[in-house]
Amino acid sequence: MSNSFLEIIDVTKRFGDILALDRVNLKIEKSEIFSLLGSSGCGKSTLLRIIAGFEKPDQGKILLEGNDITNLPPYIRPLNIMFQNYALFPHLNVTNNIKFGLKEESFSKQEINNRVNEILNLLELNGLEERKVNEISGGQQQRVALARCLVKKPKLLLLDEPLAALDKQLRIQTQFELVNLQNKLGITFIIVTHDQEEAISLSDRMAIMQNGEILQVGNPVEIYEKPKNTYIANFIGTANIFHILNKDNQIIIEELNYEIKNINNNKNFNKCLIRPEKINIKKIENQSDNSNVGIVKEVAYLGSYTKYLIEVNGIQFYSFMQNSLVSDNLQIKWDDKVEFKFNDSSIFLFND
Amino acid sequence: MIKLNSNLMIHQYFCLMIRYLKKQNFWFVFTPYFWLVLFFFIPLALIFKISISVSEWGMPPYRDLFSLSEEGFKIDSTLSNYLFIFSDPFYIRSYLNSLSLAFTSTILCLVIGYPIAFYVAKSHANIRIILLVLLIIPFWTSFLLRVYAWKVLLQGSGIINSILIHLGFITEPISMLHNHYAVILGVVYTYLPFMILPLYGYLVKFDLNLIDAANDLGAKPVNTFLKVILPLSLPGIIAGSMLVFIPVVGEFVIPEMLGGSDKLYFGKIIWDEFFVNRDWPVASALAMSGIVILVFPIVIFQLMYAKYNFKNE
Repeated sequence: MSNSFLEIIDVTKRFGDILALDRVNLKIEKSEIFSLLGSSGCGKSTLLRIIAGFEKPDQGKILLEGNDITNLPPYIRPLNIMFQNYALFPHLNVTNNIKFGLKEESFSKQEINNRVNEILNLLELNGLEERKVNEISGGQQQRVALARCLVKKPKLLLLDEPLAALDKQLRIQTQFELVNLQNKLGITFIIVTHDQEEAISLSDRMAIMQNGEILQVGNPVEIYEKPKNTYIANFIGTANIFHILNKDNQIIIEELNYEIKNINNNKNFNKCLIRPEKINIKKIENQSDNSNVGIVKEVAYLGSYTKYLIEVNGIQFYSFMQNSLVSDNLQIKWDDKVEFKFNDSSIFLFND
Repeated sequence: MIKLNSNLMIHQYFCLMIRYLKKQNFWFVFTPYFWLVLFFFIPLALIFKISISVSEWGMPPYRDLFSLSEEGFKIDSTLSNYLFIFSDPFYIRSYLNSLSLAFTSTILCLVIGYPIAFYVAKSHANIRIILLVLLIIPFWTSFLLRVYAWKVLLQGSGIINSILIHLGFITEPISMLHNHYAVILGVVYTYLPFMILPLYGYLVKFDLNLIDAANDLGAKPVNTFLKVILPLSLPGIIAGSMLVFIPVVGEFVIPEMLGGSDKLYFGKIIWDEFFVNRDWPVASALAMSGIVILVFPIVIFQLMYAKYNFKNE
């Protein structure tokens, strides 16, 4: 059996009556960026704290490169964590914050200084060495927190909501920097986040968590295109979910009274997902014989695309249209009649 | 730049003062200072005056410092009181006893109080309220009564001796009262909340993530305490130590009630000089010397500490 880099086996954790983690199993490979995504209280932070060693699981094991680290205290584990609030030491300056972890190991002064200089250069912190950590900006604090971990050359870096404290502009820039840094260093990253866009753009693979359980593991494309259930579909992006009727070898989307062809439903899936950007709409002037007709109930222009809320037979769904066809799109107004169209291959069937 | 800044600050301060005065908020701003002058500096000046007066029988038991008679204006002052107390090792020894009592009990309060303060600060908010109330409840009873209670507990027929005899650890009651250990016990018991509360004030603001962060970076629990928790609670330690050390130097009730003749303490000596010997000038000279010897190191320390803090802000 080939071992994964980090294996989480049957980890269960209770806090009083609350089941924070319920038999969680997860394999994380070397040098990947793995995200744990879920709304607050789903257990993702608890899992991160268990990996870091701050909490002991009630049951289960954590294997790092095949070695059981479940009972190792945090100060022995060859991994580091970057905290959401950074947890920089307020009584130390930037350099001493970065040196803190190195001083706990038996390095020579020379070695410590070399490593610190190296990391200061890598994270562009030169010139801030003597500054107190509360005198520098949020973005700089984030880089000091990162430097403090990376200078220890950990095998695994855990990041708890690494971008949550930054403003939006900086967040996007830092996202790219994090990915570049990870590619350069090859350290395995595990990122905890509640921000689905962040998870999609950062991760190689991700796990969706809810109520202490892992619902689905996969790369961002799999999870976006082929979610396992309605919760995941709604959690990642916007989802139009319809019911499926199977009768007389016909597969019908119940709400739209639309028959799906060229698709095999021998598993009797009962639901389907059509992402809004895969539904095109076109304004129609007169009553047409086409049955795929709805009424626009809401229009939201968002620059690069426009969101339309369409109502058909009393149910509503979204259509997102790129504004490259601006002249056509802008003519669609509230209460207009539109014809909607989607490709059968863009329908994803699932059971829930 | 800094010069400019400080000038600007002074300017702003004056503008603020003038605004206050214009708004007739004068009393609002200066009441604390009047209070300080009225109830601290004036009594202190009176004590100083008595300390340089000449002792005599009568009421009050010292000669007037200034007298206006037919022979003219006369100042009748002397430094002999000071010379007297510094020439007699009895007073110096009692002062050293008080310093050593203050030092020992401050250390003990710190050692006992720190874990309590940490535990209270880090307990759940609901429990924290109860614990804080428990810390403050003893203040609702008179301090004299509480020290007297110790006297009852420690005496030969007291509850501690009874229990020890009952359990068979001892056959004869041991004498626990009227020695300097009983004094230390009483002082530590009385002053512990003054150590715990300022420590609590700093520790409650302490971010527990910092402990996790230090652990994660490889610091063992001892190093985490020494390198992170201790430096960050230093202001609380200093505040608490001051609140214990300074009053204990002048403490006279606890040595009077629990102490014996093995060690004499400064506060008790002043009391005796005032009320037993009725030598007010010597008692005042003792009080003044005590203040001066204690005040200078503390002021220097405070200034240095303020500078250190300013640098670290």
